[in-house]
Amino acid sequence: MAKVKSLTDLKKIKENFQMKMDLIAKCDAPDSMFQVKIAMATCGIASGAKEVMNYFIEECSKRGILALVTQTGCMGYCYAEPTIEVTLPGEEPIVFGDVDLKRANEIIEKYIKNGELVDGIIPVNYNTID
Amino acid sequence: MEQMIKLTIDNKDIEVVQGTTILEAAKIIGVDIPTLCYMHLEDLDIEHNPGGCRICVVEVEGRKNLASSCNTKCVAGMNIKTHSMRVLNARKTVMELILSDHPADCLVCAKSGNCDLQTMANNLGVREIHYKGEQSTYRVDYSPSIIRDMDKCIMCRRCETMCNVVQTVGALSAINRGFETVVSPAFEMNLEKSPCTYCGQCVAVCPTGALTEKDHTNHLIGDLADPNKTVIVQTAPAVRAALGEEFGMVPGILVTGKMVAALRNLGFDRVFDTDFAADLTIMEEGTELLQRLDAFLKGDKKVKLPILTSCCPAWVNFFEHHFPDMKDIPSTARSPQQIFGSIAKTYLANKMGIKREDMTVVSVMPCLAKKYECQRDEFKVDGDPDVNYSITTRELANLIKQANMDFVTLPDEDFDNPLGESTGAGVIFGITGGVIEAAIRTAYEIYTGKTLEKVDFVSFRGMEGVRSAKVDFNGLELNIGIAHGLGNARKLLEEIRDGKSQYHAIEIMACPGGCIGGGGQPLHHGDASIIAKRAAALYREDAGKAIRKSHENPYIIKLYEEFLGKPCGELSHKLLHTHYFDRKDVIE
Amino acid sequence: MGKYKMHILICSGAGCRASASELIQNKFELVLKAKGLENEVQVVTTACFGFCEKGPIVKILPDNTFYIEVKPEDAEEIIEEHIIKGRQVSRLLYAATINKEVVSNAQNSGLHKKQIRVALRNCGFIDPENIEEYIARDGYSALGKCFEMLPQTVVDVIKESGLRGRGGGGFPTGLKWEIASKYKADQKYVVCNADEGDPGAFMDRSILEGDPHSVLEAMAICAYSIGADQGIIYVRAEYPLAIERLKVAINQARQYGLLGNDILGSGFNFDVEMRYGAGAFVCGEETALIYSMEGLRGEPTIKPPFPTESGYKGKPTNVNNVETFANIPVIINKGAKWFSSIGTEKSKGTKVFALAGNINNVGLIEVPMGTTLREVIYEIGGGIKDGKKFKAVQTGGPSGGCLTEKHLDTPIDFDNLLAAGSMMGSGGMIVMDEDDCMVSMAKFYIEFSVEESCGKCTPCRIGNKRLYEILDKITKGEGTLNDLDLLRNLSGVIKDTSLCGLGQTSPNPVLSTLDNFYDEYIAHIVDHKCPAGRFKALLQYAINPELCVGCTLCAKNCPVNCISGERKKAHVIDFEKCIKCGACMDACKFNAISIQ
Repeated sequence: MAKVKSLTDLKKIKENFQMKMDLIAKCDAPDSMFQVKIAMATCGIASGAKEVMNYFIEECSKRGILALVTQTGCMGYCYAEPTIEVTLPGEEPIVFGDVDLKRANEIIEKYIKNGELVDGIIPVNYNTID
Repeated sequence: MEQMIKLTIDNKDIEVVQGTTILEAAKIIGVDIPTLCYMHLEDLDIEHNPGGCRICVVEVEGRKNLASSCNTKCVAGMNIKTHSMRVLNARKTVMELILSDHPADCLVCAKSGNCDLQTMANNLGVREIHYKGEQSTYRVDYSPSIIRDMDKCIMCRRCETMCNVVQTVGALSAINRGFETVVSPAFEMNLEKSPCTYCGQCVAVCPTGALTEKDHTNHLIGDLADPNKTVIVQTAPAVRAALGEEFGMVPGILVTGKMVAALRNLGFDRVFDTDFAADLTIMEEGTELLQRLDAFLKGDKKVKLPILTSCCPAWVNFFEHHFPDMKDIPSTARSPQQIFGSIAKTYLANKMGIKREDMTVVSVMPCLAKKYECQRDEFKVDGDPDVNYSITTRELANLIKQANMDFVTLPDEDFDNPLGESTGAGVIFGITGGVIEAAIRTAYEIYTGKTLEKVDFVSFRGMEGVRSAKVDFNGLELNIGIAHGLGNARKLLEEIRDGKSQYHAIEIMACPGGCIGGGGQPLHHGDASIIAKRAAALYREDAGKAIRKSHENPYIIKLYEEFLGKPCGELSHKLLHTHYFDRKDVIE
Repeated sequence: MGKYKMHILICSGAGCRASASELIQNKFELVLKAKGLENEVQVVTTACFGFCEKGPIVKILPDNTFYIEVKPEDAEEIIEEHIIKGRQVSRLLYAATINKEVVSNAQNSGLHKKQIRVALRNCGFIDPENIEEYIARDGYSALGKCFEMLPQTVVDVIKESGLRGRGGGGFPTGLKWEIASKYKADQKYVVCNADEGDPGAFMDRSILEGDPHSVLEAMAICAYSIGADQGIIYVRAEYPLAIERLKVAINQARQYGLLGNDILGSGFNFDVEMRYGAGAFVCGEETALIYSMEGLRGEPTIKPPFPTESGYKGKPTNVNNVETFANIPVIINKGAKWFSSIGTEKSKGTKVFALAGNINNVGLIEVPMGTTLREVIYEIGGGIKDGKKFKAVQTGGPSGGCLTEKHLDTPIDFDNLLAAGSMMGSGGMIVMDEDDCMVSMAKFYIEFSVEESCGKCTPCRIGNKRLYEILDKITKGEGTLNDLDLLRNLSGVIKDTSLCGLGQTSPNPVLSTLDNFYDEYIAHIVDHKCPAGRFKALLQYAINPELCVGCTLCAKNCPVNCISGERKKAHVIDFEKCIKCGACMDACKFNAISIQ
């Protein structure tokens, strides 16, 4: 990795990364990627987030779903751990709480495959600063 | 340029130098704020002001909480109340809290009547302890010299400062948390398994009965009462300079004659002087110095300089623990206590026509490490120690009190002979710088063959922690180093280890001030000027002596003629010298 | 959106469920079916919207219409008007109370969103182990921006922002930096205090786990502004994941040249190392933390000198906590004005709280300073569990106090909490309901202080122990009225005389409960009863003879045979023998046994 030597370098990294993510998020093509973020802070892991993450990675590939599964930090919904955020191409991200393996399966089958919402959605209750 | 600031204490205006604490400022105008954990040994440059006990709190106008006066610096314009209702209530409550976790066995405590906590509780007018509850209980830790009874510890942590900051021994520190906090060797081990050197400085500053010396007076009384035992006693130089304090005499008065009279009254068969053994030590150590110096100057690579004195048993423990790699540097001469014991149980016993096992040798020492030293295996013959019991100045005072003597009015008496005669050189053994001064007086004359006209080496004297001086030995310039306090000793030892030491000879005493400031002396209760007064008394005695050089002591000359042969000879090596051990394991 | 054209989201949070959200759901499904729309419109439940006061909440997707106080009978109208005809039902929309402007689009309104995420901006958003995600969210651009400013200018920006230390004390961060910058020294240090220790507080952990780079970047900014080149993060060894993520972040930042020498070509050098604390609470106090970093016993010492003058290894050391640092890059990027526009007059920005206790939405929240307790508890927290009555909220951990009903509308900021007898602390917020005993709450916190006291000073070491013992006595029903005087005096003296902040604040839970719940103390002492029924020693099970049918089930279940009575006649409990296990009450089918 070349070192970041200036603000311009920093900007380049930012733009490249955003472009990559935009391709994933904003494209509504049928074969585009789904994005799944798993809240993997101590609280999430303690309630089984690791298992859920592995499940998504394995099951998506088994079921032929092109999904980008990543970890992230605490989303703040301790009462509903594990929590995950799913972004369908061209859609607003949706947060699901209390995701055990059964619900994970449901999310893949219903929401990711068919766009059907499933119970247990967590409404985002904060403002971002962007 | 020192900046002056103005403030008000108890309605009195005062101007002080910036950096002055509230406690110091108050003292200037005669306001004596009570303290408990605080300790400032000015003459020795030792200050302990952790602000832990919270007895010294005062009210500072405009401040939300009370300030600990011992470590809060004056700020211009402060308006301080040292005895407002808020302060008095806080102080009393804090004292009640301390007492609520302290055994109420004052009547049978070794420190009763001499206890800072007792005095302070009384001064604060505590008549009831409102807060009652669980009390800390710990097992009592008995070591050969020191007893730790942590139930009585009030966490002032003066001992910790002495052990870690001043002595750099690192045996004692606070462990655990909250109510369970206690000062202890690591892992709550016994002191005996710790790097403790038994210097006793912790005992010397302990405000309560938590740290006391192991009392040997009962054994001693038993031996005195046994008609089959010949009990002889030796007294160290520093004892006579301090014993009077235990009987209300002002510090700095020599009570040699009264002490001898009291010891005789107690029933000792012979009363001798460790100073005699000190003279003998000089003969051996001085000769060893000259031999090593001679070989060194001739280029003998096996010989190392500087030579270090070895009279202080806590110092011996210290280098055996912390610097075992350098155990061939100190002189091999035994300490005066052990030299005395060895001569007493050979030469004297023979002269008196009694068997070794029928003789009990007692030493009165300003020291706690001597208790440990006299029971070391290398100082025993067939299991019989050369010195049977070593008691402290404080224990002797206690014995005298038990024997119903009015010490102050006792008529002066003289030591017995042959082990009671000493020179001025032996007397100053009790002060930092004294051993090396005594050694140089003798070594100079032997080396140069000339008479030393000016025997007072003023440049060796004083209370500075590390001192150095040069002596002209007929054109050979000798560099002399002196350190008292083990922390200072460590500095010189590290120099030697790093090959940076310029000294030919170094004197080391473990206790600040030397033996006069020993762990077995009457308690100074924070007034270190007492130590300087004791030093002055010993220098006076030295100055008043007709003979002031060890090798001129007629009984020493006779001893070599009749018994030992020559200094550092074969018999000397057997009886008067020792060897050291690697005891690094206690610090690992 | 897949096969459905529209979604009806129905809140099934505890608050809304209590107000019949299930019935509403059923009704919607029925109406949809009746109109043949069940394959076009899907009804799903959601977790709490954090707006329980106006519940039940119903939201329509995709147009994000937000209906409040929806009743089952409204389902018909919403479906008829909104779903079929595309017209909003205006009477059910949320009307902002101030400008009366009707707000329907939940996503854009922000009105029901009490939270603003500044310190938590990246938590749950980015992959903490991928520096590029951080950079993509403007990461390290603030540092780059600083290099175009004079160090003093950076300090000025932080000063202007009004940011105050989030570790508890609330000392102005910019001022601290300025003091540290003024001392001349060959070496200075920037320390991140990640020794989070309040019971129930975990915001620092979450930030370190979710956004470690923001802390690294802020430390570099601080170092640049005060003239330091070495940073140290003092983190609890009990936070293995935070440590792991920090290590990854430090390595990545070094690889990218964002730590190390000549960062971004500025000529400025800075690196960070980590130290692990053994989890001693007192090490959160900065002087104790520095002792601990130096390998000594973690004990506080008197200030002054402050660490900014003489800290780690005797050098000027700036210590800030994790959350404080997490705010820094945003302030630099968005400006001091933007930051100071959030919050109250003297407390700017937001504060992260760990919401815990008997509240529905336990979690990590971030609200602007000045948000009221009521908003936090009822709108974000979803109200009290099981519909119970709110009693108090404990803030400030063991150093804080409790806030009661009368404080519910007090805007939360540093000064208001102090005035109310509590404090901000690091941000733990524990909500208590009518079943919580306040004396035992005080006892719990004092027990914590007893265990965590470093033992250096008398009042904290012994005083807290005695406080605990008195409280223990009271909770066992053995207290006397005199004990209340002792508690007050002792608490006052501990506050007045303790060496450090831990001791000076440790009696706060006692004083605050004595002030606000004196009658509970009296009940324990005089009536030998715990009003909340929490304490076994003070519990008394009794059989109501009017309800008891004499079925003997209770007597059969009593493990100590202390219930007697003839079959078909009312039974009696022998209080002397009763061990208060509660087995009888569980067994009774007639609700005849109750706790008195």
